[in-house]
Amino acid sequence: MNSAPLTFRETIAWGILGVVVFLGIWTLLSAFGIVPRQFLPTPLDVATRFVTLLTSPFAGATLPQHLASSFQRYAYGVLLAAIIGVPLGLLMGWFRLLDDIVTPIFDGLRFIAPIAWVPFAALWFGTGIGGPIMIIFAGAFPPCLINAYRGARFVEPRLIEAARMLGTSNTRTIMEILLPAAVPSIVAGLRVSAGLGWQSLVGAELIVAAAGVGFMMVQAQGNVQTATVMTGMVAIGIVGMLIDILLRQGESWLRRRRGLEA
Amino acid sequence: MIGRRGWIGLGTVMALLALWFLLTTLTGLVTGARFPSPAEFWLSLTQISGRGYAGGQLFSHALHSLKLVIMGFTVAIATGVPLGLWMGWNRKVEAAINPVFLVIRPIPPLAWIPLAILWLGLGDAAKIMVIWFSAFVPSVINTFAGVRNIDRPMIEAASMLGTPRWRMVTEVIAPAASPLIFTGLRLSLQASWTTLVAAELVGALVGVGFVLNMAQQDIYPGMILVGMVTVGILGWATTLVLSAAERRALAWNIAARD
Repeated sequence: MNSAPLTFRETIAWGILGVVVFLGIWTLLSAFGIVPRQFLPTPLDVATRFVTLLTSPFAGATLPQHLASSFQRYAYGVLLAAIIGVPLGLLMGWFRLLDDIVTPIFDGLRFIAPIAWVPFAALWFGTGIGGPIMIIFAGAFPPCLINAYRGARFVEPRLIEAARMLGTSNTRTIMEILLPAAVPSIVAGLRVSAGLGWQSLVGAELIVAAAGVGFMMVQAQGNVQTATVMTGMVAIGIVGMLIDILLRQGESWLRRRRGLEA
Repeated sequence: MIGRRGWIGLGTVMALLALWFLLTTLTGLVTGARFPSPAEFWLSLTQISGRGYAGGQLFSHALHSLKLVIMGFTVAIATGVPLGLWMGWNRKVEAAINPVFLVIRPIPPLAWIPLAILWLGLGDAAKIMVIWFSAFVPSVINTFAGVRNIDRPMIEAASMLGTPRWRMVTEVIAPAASPLIFTGLRLSLQASWTTLVAAELVGALVGVGFVLNMAQQDIYPGMILVGMVTVGILGWATTLVLSAAERRALAWNIAARD
C-alpha cells in the first residue's frame, strides 16, 4: 500500500516480532502476578500441561482419547450433512418446484443459531452421541445445501440446453452435467461446512456431553484449571487447522485433476 | 402482487402448520414430550410473556440478550475494523500481526466460553468478551481484504493530489473498502448471536439462552420452542437493521444495488 511489498526476510522478522510481543506480554502478565497465575498460566505452563495430558487422563480420558471421541461425532455429523445437503441442493437447483417449497422453510430456520437446537437435540437424541451429532448437522448443513444449489443453479445454460435438445433424461442431466459442473462450488461448501461443524461440535460438547474435548474443558473450568482449559483450546485449534489444511489440499488436488481433464 | 414463488412459499408454510397440528394434536403421533403442540406452544408463550419464566418475562430476557449482542458487536467492530484498515494499509503491521492471527484464528469462538467464565464469571462481562472474540475476527479479515482489493490507481491519484494521511483513510480507503467491510459485519453479527446463545446456554442468569437452558432442564418442549423462535426473530431483526444500514452507506455503490 504505502510501501512496496516486504521482502521475505522482513516479513519473517516482523512476524517473529509480533509473536514475541504477544507471548512476552502474556508471560509478563502471569509471571509477575499482574493476573493471578491460576487464572492466566504462562505459555510454558500450558505447553507442559498439554504434554502431561497426552498421557495422563483428565475427566476420564487422556487428551487424545477425548479428541478421538469428539472427532467421531464430528465425522458422523458432517457426513450426514453432506449426504443430505448436497443432493437436496442439486435437486433444488434443478427442480424449480422443490426450490420454491424448500426455500421458505430454509429461510425461516436460517436465523436460528445452530447452537439453539441443543435443548431439542438433547430431548430427541440424548446427550451421548445422537444429540451432539444433530448440533453438528445443524451447523454444517446450510453451506452444503446452499453451495450445491448455487453450483447447480448457475451452470452454463448452453450446456443444459444442448443436453435437453439431444433428449437427455432428467437423471442423466443431473448426474452427468449438473453434478460435475457444480463440483467446485460443492467442495467449497464442504470446506465451510467442515469448519462450522467443528465449531458447533465444541459448542455442543460444552453444553451436553459426557466425553470429548469440550467436556474436558467444562470440567477443567469447574475445577479452575485454566491451563487445562487452554490446552483444550489449543488442541481444538490444531485439529480445526488440520481439517482445513486437508480439505484445502483435496480441493486443489481436485482442481488440478479437472484441469488435466479439460 | 404475490408471484408463483410467493404462493408456493405460502402454501408450504400453511402445509407445515397443518402438518404440525395434525401430528401433535389430531393424531398424537408426536407426543408433547417430544415436540409441543400448537396449543402447548401458545400456553408457554403466554406464560413467559405474562407471569414470566426463568426469572423474567420474555421481553426482558430478549432485551437483555439483544443488549449484550449490540455491546459485544460494537466493541468488536470498533476494534476490528480499524485494525483491519491498519493491517491493509501498513505491510509491517500485517506481517507482525498475521502470525498471531494464524495461531488464534483456528480456535472456534465457542471454545473461549469456559475461559471467559473462569476469568469473568457468569455475568455480562464474560458474554461480551466471547462475543468480542467471535465477531472481531471476521471484521478484521474482511476489512483487511477490502483495503487490499482497492484499485491502486485510485490511491495513487489521491496521494498525487496531496491528500493528507488522515483524510486518505476516512475519504478514500474506508469508503472503497466498505462493501467488504459490510460483508465482514454481517458475518460478525451472525457469529455474535451464535456465541451469545452458546454462552448463555453454558452459564447465565438471564437471557434467551438461559430460557432455553432452563426449559431443557425442566423438559419443557413448549418453552424450548418459544426460546428458539425468539432467537430466530432476534437474529432476523438485527440482520434486517444491518442490511438497511448497508444500503444507506453503500448507496453510491452501483454494484451493491440489486
